[in-house]
Amino acid sequence: MLGEGIAKGLIETARNFLGSYVNKDRLTTVQYPEQRLPQAEATRDFPFLVYDGEDWQAGLRCVGCQICEKECPPKCIFIEKSTDKKPDAVGKPQFYPAVFNIDISVCMSCQICVEVCPFDAIKMDTAFELSTVDRFGGLLWDKARLAKPNQHYHHVHPTEAAEVDGRLAEERAKADAKAKAAAEAKTSAPPPAAPPAAPPANSGVSSTS
Amino acid sequence: MTALAYNSLHHASPQAADQIFLIVQHWIVSHAPAGLQSLLAILLSVVAIVGGFGLLFAITTILERKGLGRIQNRYGPNRVGFFGSLQPIADAIKSLTKEDIVPQTADKLVHLLAPILLVLAAFSVYAVLPVGRNMVLVNLDAGVLFFFAIGSVTEVAVFMAGWSSRNKYSLLGAMRAIAQMISYEVPLILSSLTVIMATGSLSTVTIVEKQAGFSRILPHWFLFTPWGFAGFVLFMIAATAESNRSPFDLPEGESEIIAGYYIEYSGFKFALFFLGEYLGMFAISGLAITLFLGGWNAPLPFLTWVPSYLWFFAKLLTLIVAFIWVRGTLPRLRMDQLMNFAWKFMLPMALLNLITAAVWHFMPSGPVRWLVSIVLVVVPYTLLGRNQMHKSHLEKRVYRFAE
Repeated sequence: MLGEGIAKGLIETARNFLGSYVNKDRLTTVQYPEQRLPQAEATRDFPFLVYDGEDWQAGLRCVGCQICEKECPPKCIFIEKSTDKKPDAVGKPQFYPAVFNIDISVCMSCQICVEVCPFDAIKMDTAFELSTVDRFGGLLWDKARLAKPNQHYHHVHPTEAAEVDGRLAEERAKADAKAKAAAEAKTSAPPPAAPPAAPPANSGVSSTS
Repeated sequence: MTALAYNSLHHASPQAADQIFLIVQHWIVSHAPAGLQSLLAILLSVVAIVGGFGLLFAITTILERKGLGRIQNRYGPNRVGFFGSLQPIADAIKSLTKEDIVPQTADKLVHLLAPILLVLAAFSVYAVLPVGRNMVLVNLDAGVLFFFAIGSVTEVAVFMAGWSSRNKYSLLGAMRAIAQMISYEVPLILSSLTVIMATGSLSTVTIVEKQAGFSRILPHWFLFTPWGFAGFVLFMIAATAESNRSPFDLPEGESEIIAGYYIEYSGFKFALFFLGEYLGMFAISGLAITLFLGGWNAPLPFLTWVPSYLWFFAKLLTLIVAFIWVRGTLPRLRMDQLMNFAWKFMLPMALLNLITAAVWHFMPSGPVRWLVSIVLVVVPYTLLGRNQMHKSHLEKRVYRFAE
């Protein structure tokens, strides 16, 4: 009969209405500023620049290769590469970004910059309460604001950071071993007929930058 | 008449509580110079109506938001004041301080007048609503006619808003509103006609007086007759459509035409539209109470000592809760469903209900009259309802090109 479905619907909404006063489990709302849900580990919001050691200017992993700037879909990254070289965290001379700006009002949190970075220098942060009264300066983040220590990376994404650290240490060890072998070969014997098959990953990429 | 009521009633205390507003009004008016007394009396009544129903509007907004929230297992507003009770004040401050944007190509004068006309029309109809014993601004002989005539002005206001904004969505919304309001005005008036047939009067005060009294404990409301019940249901459905409320809120369907005819309104003008819409809902609920629910009469014989205006507002709040409940339950209709329902179900039912009312009037009272009237209501309902249900049979959609 006409109206049966309406009556059923009215009973259902009445049950919801009354149930929400009786059963607290029905109310799933989290009262946000006071209550917070734990963030998932894979949470990502805006990128930050990782640095090793204590001094952010000396320890910045970024070498200003500008790959992320070129790959960024909304073009929110602006990099000015340095003309001189400075020793990086391990003491090797490298270029560095003279200017590194991200406009987080443009950034769409796609993480492509993180995926293309060959140096694990840029990672995603989990901070999201970033509102500001200055919509130009307050949203254009410079190098100083973007730089965060590796410990911070471990804090926000522990699993991922451990994996990255392990890989970096492995590559560094491999590069050290190769350098040592090359030095030994140079001192002990005349150069061999065939050069090493492949250059180490680290030096290979830095030569392109 | 009110002066007489004042003299005769202010001795006994229940009657004094019942007539407290009239007594206060007379006391204030008696201090004014003789020439201004009648004007002052009218002004005081107007202020009371505007203040009282304005307050009811504020209460309803918070009730509605809380109620809808609970229906959807949310809290609703709970930040401003105690459990969000001061939310209407925050909303009022917000709408008063917001920027008023008028589109550059809009017809500025009409754009400005539309919300004002809507609120004026919505407030005007309260003049004939008896909210309590002796509490009616003007007892017009053609009160119900006045109500429907002024009520139709809201359609003009809606179309003014939609047309003057020079926006395709607002025009679409206005067109929908006009089509819907005119379609549903027919069953609205036809269903209220049964009451006018029964009472032989268009005066709202007389209609309420005719519903006073009790048979044992059953009040003589028209709701408790077969034709009155059917008429009340038809009236409330048409009233929902008339006040543009869900499930008949096509003119302002957010998902299709954003906000319909008031899309280009902001700030205080938007608040005026909001106010006008709610006032229209209260007014038409008030008319439903007057016509079918016995006006300000008490529902039970031993409760007649409760002041009459309290009964009116209790009934009004009940109807408002019903409106909110329906809004929280039903999804929006499609335009063809809306029109089919109006012309193929509501209109025949309202016309048949007139016959039922006539049969009821001319048959001698007794169980036979009840039986015949109930059959006259239920059988067409079932048949027409089956017709509606049959039409809404859905088939599985076959996609020929998209797979």
